[in-house]
Amino acid sequence: MPTFVYMTRCDGCGHCVDICPSDIMHIDKTYRRAYNIEPSMCWECYSCVKACPQHAIDVRGYADFAPLGHSVRVHRDEEKGTIAWRIKFRNGTEKNFLSPITTKPWGTAIPKLADVPGPSREMRDSQLLYGEPKDIRLDDGGLHTLQSAGLKLKKGVYY
Amino acid sequence: MAHKTIVEDGIDVLVVGAGLGGTGAAWEARFWGKDKKIVIAEKANIDRSGAVAQGLYAINCYMGTRWGENKPEDHVRYARIDLMGMVREDLLFDMARHVDSTVHQFEEWGLPIMKDPKTGRYLREGRWQIMIHGESYKPIVAEAAKKSADKVFNRICVTHLLMDDGKKNRVAGAVGFNVRTGDYHVFKAKTVICGAGGASNIFKPRSVGEGSGRTWYAPWSSASAYGLMIDAGAKMTQMENRIVLARFKDGYGPVGAYFLHLKTYTQNCLGEEYESKWFPALQQMVGKEYLDPEASHLTHRPIPTCLRNHCIISEVNAGRGPIHMVTMRAFQDPHLEEVGWENFLGMTIGQAVLWASTDVDPKNENPELTTSEPYVMGSHATGSGAWCSGPEDVSPPEYFWGYNRMTTIEGLFGAGDAVGGTPHAFSSGSFTEGRLAAKAACKYIDDGKAEGIVVSDGQINRRKKEIYKPLEHYKTYRNAIVAGDVNPHYINPKQGLDRLQKLMDEYCGGVTVNYMTNEKLLNIGLKKLAIMEEDLEKLAAEDNHELLRAWELKHRHRAAECVTQHTLFRKETRWPGYYYRGDAMKVDDANWHVLTVSRRDPESGEYTMEKAPCYHLVAEGE
Repeated sequence: MPTFVYMTRCDGCGHCVDICPSDIMHIDKTYRRAYNIEPSMCWECYSCVKACPQHAIDVRGYADFAPLGHSVRVHRDEEKGTIAWRIKFRNGTEKNFLSPITTKPWGTAIPKLADVPGPSREMRDSQLLYGEPKDIRLDDGGLHTLQSAGLKLKKGVYY
Repeated sequence: MAHKTIVEDGIDVLVVGAGLGGTGAAWEARFWGKDKKIVIAEKANIDRSGAVAQGLYAINCYMGTRWGENKPEDHVRYARIDLMGMVREDLLFDMARHVDSTVHQFEEWGLPIMKDPKTGRYLREGRWQIMIHGESYKPIVAEAAKKSADKVFNRICVTHLLMDDGKKNRVAGAVGFNVRTGDYHVFKAKTVICGAGGASNIFKPRSVGEGSGRTWYAPWSSASAYGLMIDAGAKMTQMENRIVLARFKDGYGPVGAYFLHLKTYTQNCLGEEYESKWFPALQQMVGKEYLDPEASHLTHRPIPTCLRNHCIISEVNAGRGPIHMVTMRAFQDPHLEEVGWENFLGMTIGQAVLWASTDVDPKNENPELTTSEPYVMGSHATGSGAWCSGPEDVSPPEYFWGYNRMTTIEGLFGAGDAVGGTPHAFSSGSFTEGRLAAKAACKYIDDGKAEGIVVSDGQINRRKKEIYKPLEHYKTYRNAIVAGDVNPHYINPKQGLDRLQKLMDEYCGGVTVNYMTNEKLLNIGLKKLAIMEEDLEKLAAEDNHELLRAWELKHRHRAAECVTQHTLFRKETRWPGYYYRGDAMKVDDANWHVLTVSRRDPESGEYTMEKAPCYHLVAEGE
């Protein structure tokens, strides 16, 4: 397909339409449910699968090389900050994996740069970026320059 | 067909494309431009867009200067040898000296970075790679970008850059359309940071039919970075340096963690090590400077990525395929097995789907490897992109025109795949390039360089007509036939893409010709591309979604043309394993130890090619 939508689970909420990077999840006008309009441009990225609140979207491997009878299911839990995978092989073997997706609650750890003190004139004229030089080495060391590293650019030399 | 026109005026920094490069630009721009209007125009949804949409299991560019692991110049030397000498070392040094600060920010923002329990340092996968749980990498950096931007426009396909009507060669914004509503969007901006994507799908993929979306690089990376910049007249560099990837067969699952962390290795169908036996002949082609396995062993200088591809390709051609990755030993360790699987789940789920569907458990069976179709991009083990200015404290005069990462068009900056000569930037380096471009863009505005920009209604209306032409064309001619897609008056975007891929594959060195081309083939390719451009005027789009595909195709076509011009210009085989010039099989350092630079005249469509000097970073006294 590669993604497909179960008729009885989809409620047409459009979360998949909103998130698909390839613009291929659309709402069918007759059934008012989502479906993949262009399987040959699907990357099996699972963005829509993870976004679906009804777990209505699944993936069937690409027909040109993937036989039927397998599944790779996913549950992404933003509150717990985890993602859980269940892989079922064609022969019945099952593997389960659980990974963290973030170490901080969403929406809390990233500062608004509009609220932090602005750069000094000196910083503007230097090669430093926001948070530097401290953010580079997390100590008082400065930014690397050609001089500090004892380097120069030599034209047309190969070695 | 009436399409509403929506104008966003007074923008200071317009970020086109918000993958890792664009998000970095939007984030950093707010710090240097507290009072500036920062706007993002993104083709998909910024939360899951770009190459990192599905996640990433490793950050492939981290120096570790805090622990004394590497210095920026070490990374420059590594990228230089991997790209057979051809890189912009000023840009690389600049990226490398800032990239750690980006990664440290990511960790602060909540990106789970794995730690080595013994040392407390980030867990290394290889010398430059650290391991992460990166399923939500993109949503995390998107949150940072959203916090900095004034407005985020999702689902805008940017088709053209706007140019200043008052001053030649200065950017003035961008135009495009909303793929949901169909509205025409005009962004008038003092500066534009192009963070759009490189090119997948310009060469015929190995996959066919339904599976043709299973490319290594995202199918939505439609060469827009190049299409937009080339059309506007920006100089491009190293566009011949397309990349071919050695990956797990069919799924294109990553091999980096397997080689580096799991210590797996490859063998031919007879169970033999094959790589080293191709080295003597290969050394004849590329010279001892680029391939010296003994020195590599002593200095830990890596074998360039393209040359390792060459060995796989040669061994398979010799009839000793398939090439297998020996995983059975490593996967007996439950921890390593988990790493192997999560590596896919964190970034190439399709590979896990494939193994599940074919009952390949790498614990019991060594999986096959293959080489991919070629891609054109600027941030992996390849460095195509725009010819950009470097930083003022590093760059020599030929590489410097005032503003870091500014292209040869005033006010137009690049990040990620858009910047040429900076391979091995990967995700963290692309984000860092965005940050560098954003600081420079704000400086450009503060210096008064963007004053008095004029955008005429004529230009805006002309572009509008051009953008919607495929919809009009469809409407006019669809009833000339009974039904179906076969029409004497038009082709649809899928048909056009098929033609482009076949043409590039056969004439420009794709997978079905074993990456081989020559001057004759390239000239035929250019002729066919020119004729194809006439047919692109007759593209038909049934709806807004097809209109999106139509413009993606046009960007791909323009990038493909530039790639072919560059491949024709460089009369040597600089990167065996990425492509071969059958009529010039050797590396020719005497004539071609240079960077290639092209410019397409926006009026005439003619290309001008030139050689640019290659400066190497050396220690004082060397």
